[in-house]
Amino acid sequence: MEAAIDKPPIEGPLFDGLADAERKALARCRHAVLGVERPLRLDCGVELGPYRVAYQTYGTLNPDKSNAVLICHALTLDQFVAEQHPVTGKEGWWESLVGPGKVLDPARYFIICINVLGGCMGTTGPLAQDPAGQPWNLRFPVVTIADMVRAQAALLDHLGIPDLFCVIGGSMGGMQVLEWAASNPSRVFSAVPIACAARHSAQNIAFHEVGRQAIMADPEWKGGDYRLHHTVPARGLSVARMTAHITYLSEQALQRKFGRALQDRDALGFGFDADFQVESYLRYQGSTFVDRFDANSYLYITRAMDYFDLASAHGGVLANAFKGTPTRFCLFSFTSDWLFPTRESREIVHALNAAAANVSFVEVESDKGHDAFLLDEPEMFRTLAGFLKGAAAVRGLKDVP
Amino acid sequence: MTATAIRVDLQLIADMVDPSTRALDVGCGDGSLLAYLVNFKRVDARGMELSQTGVNACVANGLSVIQGDADADLRDYPDDAFDYVILSQTLQATREPREVLRQMLRVGKRAIVSFPNFAHWQVRLRLVFGGRMPETPSLPYKWYDTPNIHLCSIDDFRGLCRDMGVRIERAIVLDRNSKPISLPPLLANLLGEQAVFMLKRD
Repeated sequence: MEAAIDKPPIEGPLFDGLADAERKALARCRHAVLGVERPLRLDCGVELGPYRVAYQTYGTLNPDKSNAVLICHALTLDQFVAEQHPVTGKEGWWESLVGPGKVLDPARYFIICINVLGGCMGTTGPLAQDPAGQPWNLRFPVVTIADMVRAQAALLDHLGIPDLFCVIGGSMGGMQVLEWAASNPSRVFSAVPIACAARHSAQNIAFHEVGRQAIMADPEWKGGDYRLHHTVPARGLSVARMTAHITYLSEQALQRKFGRALQDRDALGFGFDADFQVESYLRYQGSTFVDRFDANSYLYITRAMDYFDLASAHGGVLANAFKGTPTRFCLFSFTSDWLFPTRESREIVHALNAAAANVSFVEVESDKGHDAFLLDEPEMFRTLAGFLKGAAAVRGLKDVP
Repeated sequence: MTATAIRVDLQLIADMVDPSTRALDVGCGDGSLLAYLVNFKRVDARGMELSQTGVNACVANGLSVIQGDADADLRDYPDDAFDYVILSQTLQATREPREVLRQMLRVGKRAIVSFPNFAHWQVRLRLVFGGRMPETPSLPYKWYDTPNIHLCSIDDFRGLCRDMGVRIERAIVLDRNSKPISLPPLLANLLGEQAVFMLKRD
């Protein structure tokens, strides 16, 4: 198995013109070049190949290949789940859940996380070059959640992993989990979609559109060709991030964290500096985001979420997406999440019931908003551990000695 | 997870369920019946529970449970999704017991229902001689805070089954100590404190 997950050298035409962040990421994770013989047929009709897939693994695949867990990451996250990030230097985004002694323990599971298609941490996206050696930029085909899952499935084929004990993810990661279960039911033993929906709502599309317009309104964006012009649409991307960040929090969380507290001053400044702490916080979130994320990639990935509508891909009836599914589902939502509120998860549960699927649904009491799925939520960990334990017993997975 | 001894009425229900079948327990509470069915009878058992706290406790124990209620959420399921749909000590708290029963027998090939008997002699005595709404071990609530809005007697329930054209495959009547008793119907309706019925569409 080790040979299959070896790190091939970062060289060849597919690695020309890498961005700095991509190069740093690829140096610290695994990758594969796929679609050489059989290109990826995308929903938009374009055939993409060859393409790069950057991924990270923790733990070891057991001899009967029954302990693989796929973590699907959210919009702006990546494959560095449980280790220091090669670009930001911050700790892994899901270290609360993944690691020794944690719910997803590498001693027990072979954990895989794959940078999504269209991403900017090593997997092919708009930053990559087309077959003629020109940067794709906005000529990169628009990808969908289903396309992301196709690329992930192709990597599992490449690694010789027949099926997954569990596919788990929050937000856009949850959308991928649903897509996995719908399009590859026999490869998904259990599925854990967290804080997500079976289709992106009008309100969520609206917020994404504000973000995209902010990027495209930045003169440095140059119609998407900013790298050719050696510019960065930092202002636009930063505003996009600020808007999105508000949607990840709850009113209570913002109030508790900042209230109307002033930033480094005792009185209002009667100007447009960051008087309030909340302003300063958002500006900081925006400016640090620019250092680790690519603006075009942000356009493509938000678009993929907007296009996601699992029911419409199945004759308009969500239950059809899960007809006869053998997968065990466990859904999670958080009471204060207004980006993907509980009722969205409940709709998925209704559809799964209509398909007589094996489903559990946990709504976690939390005032932390959508971000709760990334934070220390003991109730989620406790119930998720129980669900995985039950599923492992049915799967015949042995406990960690 | 190990299932230990469960309540006598739940044990009676569990005994009615054939091994390796599919069952839905509506109002599964802390999941003790579910756990028993899964561990000792290899049943593909699912649960529905009104309280989210109850749901979370069940899921943490590795059981497949969703938040939902009998009145609203049974209609989601397709016909014949389960071999058994179980409703223990909950029918009397539903808004539309007749519709719930109909849905149970649509979703399940069989329905297992247990409920407190409102014609039990203690209940009758309380009302006739005490002149107050009955409070008994199986009906422990005050009139103003009881969740039980559609109480019935064993004979009432038999009548509903007759009206609905539902076949009663088994009927077990329990005394005050939750022990099954074998009595002619008239006495059962007087001495039975609760009853467990297994029903099938005719």
